[in-house]
Amino acid sequence: MFKDVTLGQYYQADSVIHRLDPRVKLAGTFLYMISLFVFNNIICYLVSAILLTAVIILCKIPVGYMLKGLRAVLFIMVFAVVFNVLFTEGDTLFEFWIFHVSLKGIKLALLMVIRLFLLIVSASIMTLTTTPNRLTDGLEMLFRPLKIFKVPVHEFAMMMSIALRFIPILSEEADKIVKAQTARGAKFDSKKLTDRVKSLIPLIVPLFISAFRRAADLALAMEARGYHGGDGRTKLYPLKYAARDYVSYIVLLLYILVIVFLGITFSKLAQVLILYFANTDFGNVLTWLFN
Amino acid sequence: MDIIKAENLIYEYKRRDEEGNIEGIDRAIDNVSLEVKEGDFISILGANGSGKSTFAKHLNAILVPTEGTVWVDGMDSKDEEKLLSIRQTAGMVFQNPDNQIIGQVVEEDVAFGPENMGIPTEQLRERVDEALKTLGMMEYSKKSPNRLSGGQKQRVSIAGVLAMHPKCIVLDEPTAMLDPAGRKEVIRALRALNEVEGITIILITHYMEETIYSDKIFVMNKGKIAMEGTPREIFKHVEELEEYKLEIPKITLLAHELKKKGIDIPECVLSDKELAEALKKLV
Repeated sequence: MFKDVTLGQYYQADSVIHRLDPRVKLAGTFLYMISLFVFNNIICYLVSAILLTAVIILCKIPVGYMLKGLRAVLFIMVFAVVFNVLFTEGDTLFEFWIFHVSLKGIKLALLMVIRLFLLIVSASIMTLTTTPNRLTDGLEMLFRPLKIFKVPVHEFAMMMSIALRFIPILSEEADKIVKAQTARGAKFDSKKLTDRVKSLIPLIVPLFISAFRRAADLALAMEARGYHGGDGRTKLYPLKYAARDYVSYIVLLLYILVIVFLGITFSKLAQVLILYFANTDFGNVLTWLFN
Repeated sequence: MDIIKAENLIYEYKRRDEEGNIEGIDRAIDNVSLEVKEGDFISILGANGSGKSTFAKHLNAILVPTEGTVWVDGMDSKDEEKLLSIRQTAGMVFQNPDNQIIGQVVEEDVAFGPENMGIPTEQLRERVDEALKTLGMMEYSKKSPNRLSGGQKQRVSIAGVLAMHPKCIVLDEPTAMLDPAGRKEVIRALRALNEVEGITIILITHYMEETIYSDKIFVMNKGKIAMEGTPREIFKHVEELEEYKLEIPKITLLAHELKKKGIDIPECVLSDKELAEALKKLV
């Protein structure tokens, strides 16, 4: 039952986004997320949403599948909306008991939902289109400069990839231990929480012992095959930038420039737009959104 | 020249009590001297605790002798500067296939050794493909090792060592955790490596059946080399082998008992076929 456990839920498909260098995707996702936090206005979010839509179309992952990942954070979103709507001070639309709902509160809630949505979808696109392996490689390369400060970057990356390799082995082993302990009368399916916590001990102790034994064996095997840290190592699949990666970097740069420009000139821009649509219904909506 | 040479090799473990004080000293290897010619298929037989695994670890400089010397292709295993070179010359395969596969994909695991050696990427590709082809695992190159059988996993481990282009491969009980089919698979692969590629094989095992094709067998008992010779010379001494807690192959045992009962068959029988032919002659 544990054999197919994968981390980061990679979704196999043949797309440009899948083939992008992991470094581009890591840097892109990181900058994109920052951009969502720096400017909190609807125009910037519109630009961000356009970019994200383009990426979603390019990456060939069914939208339904992608949105499934959102269910886990639905609770946080609802929570944020409720809090913003009910507890923001402003021109009160109506109130009951200690709550007052204001237009400003609804606006803040709307912005919050858009931001969370963009944030989570962008992060899940990265993990959906990149194998854990390539992700590790990308992280190792990106953080390589930290070596000057004696940060063991290669070692962390190696640890991460070994952990990934051993997840299915250890979960299979956990499965076996559960069966063996059940055969001896251990109860893993008790309803009481204290019982369940107690029942973990006969699972965790043997699992840890075996994990340590495996670690010792593996260290020996790695040494026997000449492992001596990251220095002087070559790679079967070295990361190499292709044309599409440079193009992506340029797109990313343009996106940031546009966002920064829009963010700085936002209030002037808003005035112009409001004036242009003055005295129409749309103008009223804009006034509400922008002020 | 001898690819492996051990001279008066002694290895001692310090036994410690719970506070870490030395309680006593166990001698795991006691004055062992042996020589292995390049291109030979050598087996080291021994029961649990006979010191055979400890000895194997000396051939790859994982352990260094307490006393005496081990030379691997002329390099002293105590020489720290030659360490990588020794490990590349004498590759090592261990017992548990799960605990020695490092890569998440078969080809990445095979590439691990040569990557450590700093082989350029284009040559890595060649070495990996060549090693996988030799072991007949090419079609699995992109698979996760977790999906392979025990025998296949061990073949991947052997391919991983082979890709380092060693002169000699030391295998420490590579079949102990495999089923009979997997065991045969691995032994067949080793014989092919020895005969076709000319790589020296040092097989450490407690299954006597696996040693019948070797050029020479060393039997270890209590840290010493108890017997040494060709399979035919060794398998004759059924009583002595039983004394060393080794399990004699059924067919050899049967022939031995028949011979004791006065039936006129050759002194040492290694396979079913041989016994059948010997008996046919009598009829």
